[in-house]
Amino acid sequence: MIELVNVKKVFNAGNPSEFSALNSVNLLIEENQVTVLKGPSGSGKTTLLSIIGCMSRPSAGRVKLQGREITSLPERFLTDIRRKTFGFIFQQPNLIKGISVLDNVMLPAYPLGEKRVHLKNKAMKGLAALNIANKAASKVEWLSGGEAQRTSIVRALINDPYIIIADEPTAHLDTKLSYRFMEIIETFKAEGKTVIITSHDPLVYESSMVDRVVNLRDGQIEV
Amino acid sequence: MRHWIEKQRYIIDFTLSSLLRRKVKNVGLLALYTLIVFILASTMFFTYSIKKEASLILKDSPEIVVQKIVAGRHDLFPVDYINTIKKIRGVASVESRLWGYYYDGLVGANYTLLTPPRNGRFTDTGKSTAKTTVVDSESTDNSKPLFELNGAVLEPGTLIIGNGIARLRAIGTGDYMPFLAFDGNVLNFKIAGVLSSQSELVSSDLMLINEEDFRKLFGIDNSYVTDVTVAVNNPEEIAMVASKIKKRLPQARPIIRDEILRTYDSIFNWRGGMMIVIFSAAVLAFVIFAWDKASGLSAGERREIGILKAVGWETSDVIQMKFWEGAIISLTAFFTGVILAYIHVFFTGSIVFEPALKGWSSLYPNFKLTPFVNLEQLTTLFFLTVVPYTVATIVPIWRAATIDPDSAMRFTGE
Amino acid sequence: MILHPTVIANLLAAYISSFMVLYALFYGVQIVRYWDIENGHELQLVLERKTYLIATLLGYVFGLQLLSLFLYIFTADSLTPLFVGAMCAAGTLNVDAFGYPTLVLKIVNFIVAGLWLVLNYADNQGYDYPLIKKKYLLLAFIAPFIVLETLLESAYFLSMKADVITSCCGSLFSSERTTGLGSEMAALPALSMLRIFYGVMFCTLASGIFFYIKSVGGYFYAALSLLMFLVSLVSIVSFISLYIYELPTHHCPFCIIMEEYHYLGYLLYLILFGAVVSGIGVGVLTPFRQVESLKLMLNGFIRKLALASLILYAAFTALVTYEIVTSSLVIAYEVVY
Repeated sequence: MIELVNVKKVFNAGNPSEFSALNSVNLLIEENQVTVLKGPSGSGKTTLLSIIGCMSRPSAGRVKLQGREITSLPERFLTDIRRKTFGFIFQQPNLIKGISVLDNVMLPAYPLGEKRVHLKNKAMKGLAALNIANKAASKVEWLSGGEAQRTSIVRALINDPYIIIADEPTAHLDTKLSYRFMEIIETFKAEGKTVIITSHDPLVYESSMVDRVVNLRDGQIEV
Repeated sequence: MRHWIEKQRYIIDFTLSSLLRRKVKNVGLLALYTLIVFILASTMFFTYSIKKEASLILKDSPEIVVQKIVAGRHDLFPVDYINTIKKIRGVASVESRLWGYYYDGLVGANYTLLTPPRNGRFTDTGKSTAKTTVVDSESTDNSKPLFELNGAVLEPGTLIIGNGIARLRAIGTGDYMPFLAFDGNVLNFKIAGVLSSQSELVSSDLMLINEEDFRKLFGIDNSYVTDVTVAVNNPEEIAMVASKIKKRLPQARPIIRDEILRTYDSIFNWRGGMMIVIFSAAVLAFVIFAWDKASGLSAGERREIGILKAVGWETSDVIQMKFWEGAIISLTAFFTGVILAYIHVFFTGSIVFEPALKGWSSLYPNFKLTPFVNLEQLTTLFFLTVVPYTVATIVPIWRAATIDPDSAMRFTGE
Repeated sequence: MILHPTVIANLLAAYISSFMVLYALFYGVQIVRYWDIENGHELQLVLERKTYLIATLLGYVFGLQLLSLFLYIFTADSLTPLFVGAMCAAGTLNVDAFGYPTLVLKIVNFIVAGLWLVLNYADNQGYDYPLIKKKYLLLAFIAPFIVLETLLESAYFLSMKADVITSCCGSLFSSERTTGLGSEMAALPALSMLRIFYGVMFCTLASGIFFYIKSVGGYFYAALSLLMFLVSLVSIVSFISLYIYELPTHHCPFCIIMEEYHYLGYLLYLILFGAVVSGIGVGVLTPFRQVESLKLMLNGFIRKLALASLILYAAFTALVTYEIVTSSLVIAYEVVY
């Protein structure tokens, strides 16, 4: 599914502040599985996640998605693939203040130029599935933490991606909401999607639905 | 194609809401932008419409005006010269003119005194050789006179005065006005009528006076006139006739109407251009301000763009969004500025510029300019305002659009 | 120099264009030297970001060139009263030696800038920026022409001297100017030109349709497009203008963009320019059809360009025919002057 071969990522190359976030990472992510990347802060989790999710390019090494080499694709192609393939759930809901929930959810689909009516339907369905359809017209400032999180999940799903990436999703959620979140992940798995999560929350990596845990330390995978 | 249109619609929607969300910053920029457009547009409208008025007025002026020059100064024109001119082939008619300036110490103003042409016709514009003729030659009714005398007749001892003088001296029909003649005598003239306010632009400081009275006032002998106007049958011959006049009367200076038209055109162009150059400092300041505003993204804006890129917007999508932002602001500022300038110049008579234009002239005319705005003016305005603004914002926009998508991932705090 | 606001606007636009092109070129050179798509290092990423900047800049330059082309004609027209013998823009452009060369260069630059954008679009469709070096070489080729155009335009405006009275004692006697600013355009005989116009247009459309269907003969079509463009320009001067003005002697190609003729000229010229850029674009892209990363889409894109060009040429012909048919002028026979 997703294959990383000898991937390195170096920041500020050539400068005194040069540092290596990832050192020779070899990783294979299987389809329709829930994989958790675990590791302390500074271990390179976020960097690894952003390379897996086609958000940035490695300094060296190769990345393959579904067998296709995507290492040196220009940004516009990478973004196109990313739009269709990946759904991102961030630590913070990262919603745009001042516009409604519905608008926020439809945002990722704007560049694709789909007809507004279709898009709106899709968005409303997504919101209904997570029980926040009644908040569609509200401004995001008025949502509770859990509602905001769910909104960002609906947003991540708007383009029907088959890989979900979540970065420390339970960092700002209480226990009850965290369990709710894991239930949502379970439905993704049941739908055939692949899920990659970074977390250092035991609630997440010790959960029964997790298929694989990858340990990261100092930019390398611990075996 | 349909996708592209739909996409632009989405982006425009988002841009509009984005602009409204940052009212404070954008209103400031918009206000300044509108002000710049307003100033430049007012200057251009004013200059162009005065130029147009002048050219309309001059269009029916005599083909050639002949003056006598002595030692580089304008001297009185001997009446016998007229015969010499009449003999030149191609000359249709020669009319003499009597006019001059009178300084009124009481109000510190210069009046122009003019003797109406001998045949006393004002309304016949076909062959009229009066110094000023119809204003509106675009109407099919060509006989609209410049100054309507309201039935007043110019009898000896009377004057017909322009509106500006009437206002300045607070006098009207029936009043008397004393003049100091060349020999120290005081001549009292009765006001027979006031010229129409429509013609104020050219007649504000004008006084029509009888020929005898004129000569009495200024002490000009019957054998002299101020200058003459020459009508030529064939337009192609005008230059020819002028050079013949010069040859036969070495001290004469013939001035061809087209030359006057071109010179006036040139003067107004130059004035307009000068103002633009002066205001270019303001435009430059505005451009720097716009560039600074576009470069200085607040943390909130940076975050927003990071989110957009993280959820799947590409660099070129963000550039398009920023382009629409610039376009909306530019168009709003442009149209508002132009409309305000239009009202300013054509309805309020350039109230803002008035002190600068008036200077210390005492006899400033109250005139309403005929609105004259054409595509050329609007395009020039566009090039002088919108284009510099747009160009100044290109690099800042690009910088904003190339924010890393994973900045949204790394944003973990508040 | 004539300090007319519109002249200032023209010069400002020209200098801004030159500045943008040189700025783009500076980065373009960097890109050509250091570009390596395989490399994931930061420099490469920075260079990739820069390509967006350059493309944006050149997009603006293209738009500005088009607008300033029309502004240039406008300015020439509005300066006519200042020169003896000039009746319209055609005369003003003759005032000194730089007027017409600037115009020609403006048209050429506009077309070349358009071609650059076509090339850029194609390049962006390939996943490894296959045409990038060629693109920036083309830019290096364009840049001196744009700078040259700015210089010529400056020379044109700066060396103008209006025929005005400069002293209170002086006068001009403009008839003594022996060389007229003839607004007479050298025009080829109308009826023969009409036949040539329709003839070449027929060939062009036929070749384009053939190319569209068979995808063979791209170069031929591109060459014909260019030829058709030139023929159209000559035709406008030679007979199309006559029908629009309804006057057998008025050949000026500039007056048709003026108010009196309902700004018809804009439509005609815009269609024509669009047609020639897309037509030549076909020829420019044809050599790259075998490039690996472009194989999938390039053929489709080239065909679309050809189609666009055909539609525009057809529209042009339709408009011209409409003008001829509805005009009150009838050229029954040719009077040779």
